[in-house]
Amino acid sequence: MSILVFAESADGSIKKSSLEAISYALEMGGDVTALALGTIDASEMEALGKNGAQKVLHVEDERLNQGHIAAYATAIAQAMDHTGANILVLAKSSLSDIVAAKVAIKNGAGIATNVSELPDTSNGFTVKRSIYTGKAFANVSLTTDKKILGIKKNVVALKEDGGQATVEKFDVTFDDADFGAQITGSEVAEGDVLLTEAEIVVSGGRGLKGPENWGMIEELAKELGAATGCSKPVSDIGWRPHHEHVGQTGVKVSPNLYIAVGISGAIQHLAGVNSSKVLVAINKDPEAPFFKAADYGIVGDAFEVVPKLIEAVKKLK
Amino acid sequence: MKILVCITHVPDTTSKIAFTDDNTKFDKNGVQFIIGPYDDYALARAVELKEAHGGSVTVLNVGTAETEPTIRKALAIGADDAIRVDAEPLDSYSVARNIAHYAKEGAYDLILMGRESIDFNSGLVHGMVGELLNLPSFSPVMQLDIEGDTAKMSREIEGGKEFLEVKLPFVAGCQEPIAEWKIPNMRGIMTARTKPLNVVPATEETVQVSAEKFELPPEKGEVKLVDPENPAELVNLLNNEAKVL
Repeated sequence: MSILVFAESADGSIKKSSLEAISYALEMGGDVTALALGTIDASEMEALGKNGAQKVLHVEDERLNQGHIAAYATAIAQAMDHTGANILVLAKSSLSDIVAAKVAIKNGAGIATNVSELPDTSNGFTVKRSIYTGKAFANVSLTTDKKILGIKKNVVALKEDGGQATVEKFDVTFDDADFGAQITGSEVAEGDVLLTEAEIVVSGGRGLKGPENWGMIEELAKELGAATGCSKPVSDIGWRPHHEHVGQTGVKVSPNLYIAVGISGAIQHLAGVNSSKVLVAINKDPEAPFFKAADYGIVGDAFEVVPKLIEAVKKLK
Repeated sequence: MKILVCITHVPDTTSKIAFTDDNTKFDKNGVQFIIGPYDDYALARAVELKEAHGGSVTVLNVGTAETEPTIRKALAIGADDAIRVDAEPLDSYSVARNIAHYAKEGAYDLILMGRESIDFNSGLVHGMVGELLNLPSFSPVMQLDIEGDTAKMSREIEGGKEFLEVKLPFVAGCQEPIAEWKIPNMRGIMTARTKPLNVVPATEETVQVSAEKFELPPEKGEVKLVDPENPAELVNLLNNEAKVL
């Protein structure tokens, strides 16, 4: 079995979630080729090998440093053909689903996104994927020869026992339409841990009473090396930027640890966090629904609890 | 400007999810169905764009007759007419093929839908429709303005957003804050009853992915409460018991 993994990068570095995708492909068994697009640091190529890719196809086209959806799809579809891969694996990102959808049509591949386990090939090809925004799972069967799997974060542990990957330059035939959309700029929060990549997330809700009180959330996050998130009401009223909104209609996260401060735990919020390994709720209302979903909880005033928590985390180090 | 908005008919976000028939069917009992929340944003923006630039808004749903109340609601919100492709929406591929067929027939300037449905959450249909029609597609789109034949939009990326400019026509998967949800008013509800809702046959029945069995996540145990005077104990538990620090 030949498997292609789309190794998505940002600023020259391969995303950790893509390294997970390589580990996932390796666990499936077979030859793993990674596809890297744009300018990539040499040390990052080593990481791909270390994580299990036997070969890396590198498309050294500077235009690919920006997330051109159509061009990415063209490159991936051609790389699948070139390697003869019948399976493509890619990690969830802000463009993975739409890119994969295009590749699926180009190459006649069946596709499952939000995959949460390794496939079961004992009888056909079945994968488990999360549905109803994390409230349930479906075991879906893919009947096409070529298959695409979009995997959620934290599905497999990173393996770092691979070797050196051979890096091969790969030329893609693009047409003008692949770069038809002009990306004119971006606004990205500087220096923060990315919500979708984070191992730990600290989120705040309306219980924090105002944006001026976010300092302690940020400090706790910093001490834990965590990303910060928030509930929908908080982003709706503009206390926090929209990209921090975690929940049914916001970002869905699946970190190892999710700490919710002053978030009551509406079903729509829980839908965005329920694939986290460990949930912690801090809320002064003992009846807050979050306590029914949480593994650990503190019933108490966030303004008293969080500073003490920060001290305790500092002591741990 | 002719705008097509594709909508899903999905369980309300507060629905309790359950399955019947040995976990092979979704249990619709007591579930209220709504326009997909992301589709609802797309629809609201489409109505705003029509108000600003003129033209028409057509809604399309791939679904059985039971989705018609949801389609009527979209008409009440401000769409001019509707198409229901008479088919069970079985997988992204078959839905996209059906949409692409009727979208091509209608020669729309803009095809909008939600970034994903909230039942199967695949997030694929916009990309597939674009590819099938040879049009660019973008998702998740958070802002969309039209000037002449050019659209200016922003798309959510990790930790922020990027800005794009593209010529019409194209396909966009939308999300907040592209527009505020619109609540139908009485006049809208009255006129929706007589707006055209055309039922058309499915053109595509090939299914590539089929759900065999559903399951619910394992039940959570009781929450372990820590004394609010002693948050250090929480750090200890997270470090030594849960081993997540």
